[in-house]
Amino acid sequence: MQVLKIATAGSVDDGKSTLIGRLLYDTKSLTDDKLEAIEKSSQKKGYDYLDFSMATDGLMAEREQGITIDVAHIYWATKNKSYIIADTPGHIEYTRNMVTGASTSQMAIILVDARHGVVEQTKRHFYINALLRIKDVVVAINKMDLVDYSEDKYEEIKAEILKISKSNAYQNQKLTFIPLSALKGDNVVDFSDKMPWYKGETLLSHLESIEVGAVFEKSQARFPVQTVIRPKSEKFHDYRGYAGKLYGGALAVGDKVTVLPSGTSSTIEKIQFYNQTYDIANAGDSIAISLTDDVNVSRGDMIVKYNELPNTSKTVEATICWMDQTPLDLTSKYILQHGVHQVLAKVTALKSLVKPDLSMEEKAIENLKINQIGQVSFKLNQAIYSDNYADNKQNGAFVLIDVKTNTTAGVGFIG
Amino acid sequence: MKRKLNINPLESESIYIFREVVAQFEKPVLLFSGGKDSITLVRLAQKAFYPAKIPFPLLHIDTGHNFPETIEFRDKLAKELGLELIVRQVQDNIDQGKVKEETGRYASRNMLQTETLLDAIEEYGFDACIGGARRDEEKARAKERIFSVRDDFGQWDEKNQRPEVFDMLNGKIELGQNVRVFPISNWTELDVWQYIKTEDIEIPSIYFAHERKTFIRDGMIWTANDVVVFREESEAVTTRQVRFRTVGDMSCTAAVISGATTIAKVVEEIQASTISERGARIDDKRSEGAMEQRKKQGYF
Repeated sequence: MQVLKIATAGSVDDGKSTLIGRLLYDTKSLTDDKLEAIEKSSQKKGYDYLDFSMATDGLMAEREQGITIDVAHIYWATKNKSYIIADTPGHIEYTRNMVTGASTSQMAIILVDARHGVVEQTKRHFYINALLRIKDVVVAINKMDLVDYSEDKYEEIKAEILKISKSNAYQNQKLTFIPLSALKGDNVVDFSDKMPWYKGETLLSHLESIEVGAVFEKSQARFPVQTVIRPKSEKFHDYRGYAGKLYGGALAVGDKVTVLPSGTSSTIEKIQFYNQTYDIANAGDSIAISLTDDVNVSRGDMIVKYNELPNTSKTVEATICWMDQTPLDLTSKYILQHGVHQVLAKVTALKSLVKPDLSMEEKAIENLKINQIGQVSFKLNQAIYSDNYADNKQNGAFVLIDVKTNTTAGVGFIG
Repeated sequence: MKRKLNINPLESESIYIFREVVAQFEKPVLLFSGGKDSITLVRLAQKAFYPAKIPFPLLHIDTGHNFPETIEFRDKLAKELGLELIVRQVQDNIDQGKVKEETGRYASRNMLQTETLLDAIEEYGFDACIGGARRDEEKARAKERIFSVRDDFGQWDEKNQRPEVFDMLNGKIELGQNVRVFPISNWTELDVWQYIKTEDIEIPSIYFAHERKTFIRDGMIWTANDVVVFREESEAVTTRQVRFRTVGDMSCTAAVISGATTIAKVVEEIQASTISERGARIDDKRSEGAMEQRKKQGYF
């Protein structure tokens, strides 16, 4: 079955959790016991409607405060597709959660409160979705019930958003505007009779129409080695398999390859998956590769086609989204984890900062604080073998790990 | 005809996670309960390292309240695959007075497992404990990371979790900390069942319809085993045809009426079900935040 991963974004109280709850409810994905729990806690809070946000706000603190603190993953399925929705918090201080949710998603739903229209955060949501190159974005103009289902209001917001998206760097994004009310269920799963002027799809019918798995399409084959499998058993005495997951493209038996960093050439002898061998593996496949020559390969090395080499470099330029309370320190070393490859990194230049209203601040910046986004240059103690994020998402991103606390402090998009 | 590989994306993701565990940690262990999720983990681990053997042991925390069918299955599986199986008994901690057993109508050893688990982690120095928890199971688990860092006390700091972006897993920890790893985080109950069906994986007999002596309490069906399950005189024992959807302790896992004797029929039943899997787990019904509370204390 196809799995469509969706990220959501919206400001506090735009109704993300309610929208997800409504999707689950109207597609009959909520089981009786979960529904009962929602009814119970809605009653307890004195609501005269079902509080669907209870379906997704999992932590006790979230339920108490009625807000989403951390990314929750929600799973449901229709006859056609499985869905995984990352419910990401809307507070400005939680930008990191949005990046987290969007990093594994193929599409995004951005909520806008029809009463308030485009707010500063909406711009940021668009910016992050463009930065991560999310191809399909649904703009869900929510709470239409509170603006009398006004077509004018909808058109006004739509025009403003189209204006914002024009200034985004990523122009291949497909925007779909849907006026809805998550609370009342208008245009979520069922068509609303309150907005006869709207001739588009409901949210669900749009989701059902999206084609899964366009992420890897045109990228070149990148095979980062996770671990080397050497059974040392009698039966498999000479077996040596390089285990990893293929990022982009395809690899086939007989392909001439180069192993990085050594630059050694060899040929793919065997593609193993469990107890079977195959001729061709595709992007996303976790396999083990054997080569015709006895070459030295270890974790962090990368196998690529000899005529499709990535950038091998000891410097890197990237857009960094900072995710840690401790700001990016220009004087300390970080572990840069690029896929499964870890190297040491140090900042050489902090060039510009993306301000919340998306204008660039070019003056000298001293550091990068949590939820800030900036252009940063690094030097590395060892080369990495990367692509621009625009060409290969998996091989164009990295994380920065704080060596003192071990926490994942930032994420970078190369290029 | 070229043999073209087309791996199920969930399976591929899980295999990737297993390989990261082995590459990033010194002493991983697989927490094995004998339930369908941990059995699925074992198959995925086989696939991740084939033709080598699974490079870590299995650890089972035996509450003494397990279904005997599960224990038998556990021993058989470990033997067939030639894996080291470590078993630690909750009973030992009770005997030594380290933990106090609950009493009364809903008495369960579920909470006591945590202590035994933490002791075993310390005894062996395990730095990564692989478990079969899934995000779709329960609302606190929906917030879980794939690599989830625990401190010396096994505690989960739910408000301060490391971000996980793309598929990059950061397993850096300090001495004394350990990581709980959840390779099937993104699977649903149905995904697991369909996988068991497609892969033709053997599972304990209690997952299939069978005759069992049971009694009814709070609208749920309990195993009548007076040694480990508290039952009042008034709660009459009747033989019913049932199966289990999830396997925990006898004292906290309820059965469902079922005629599903094959895996295909089990899958059909799950597809038609209007109750969630953990709806039959009394340990989650204690309070709204029951799972979160337990997780903070070091539960699986």
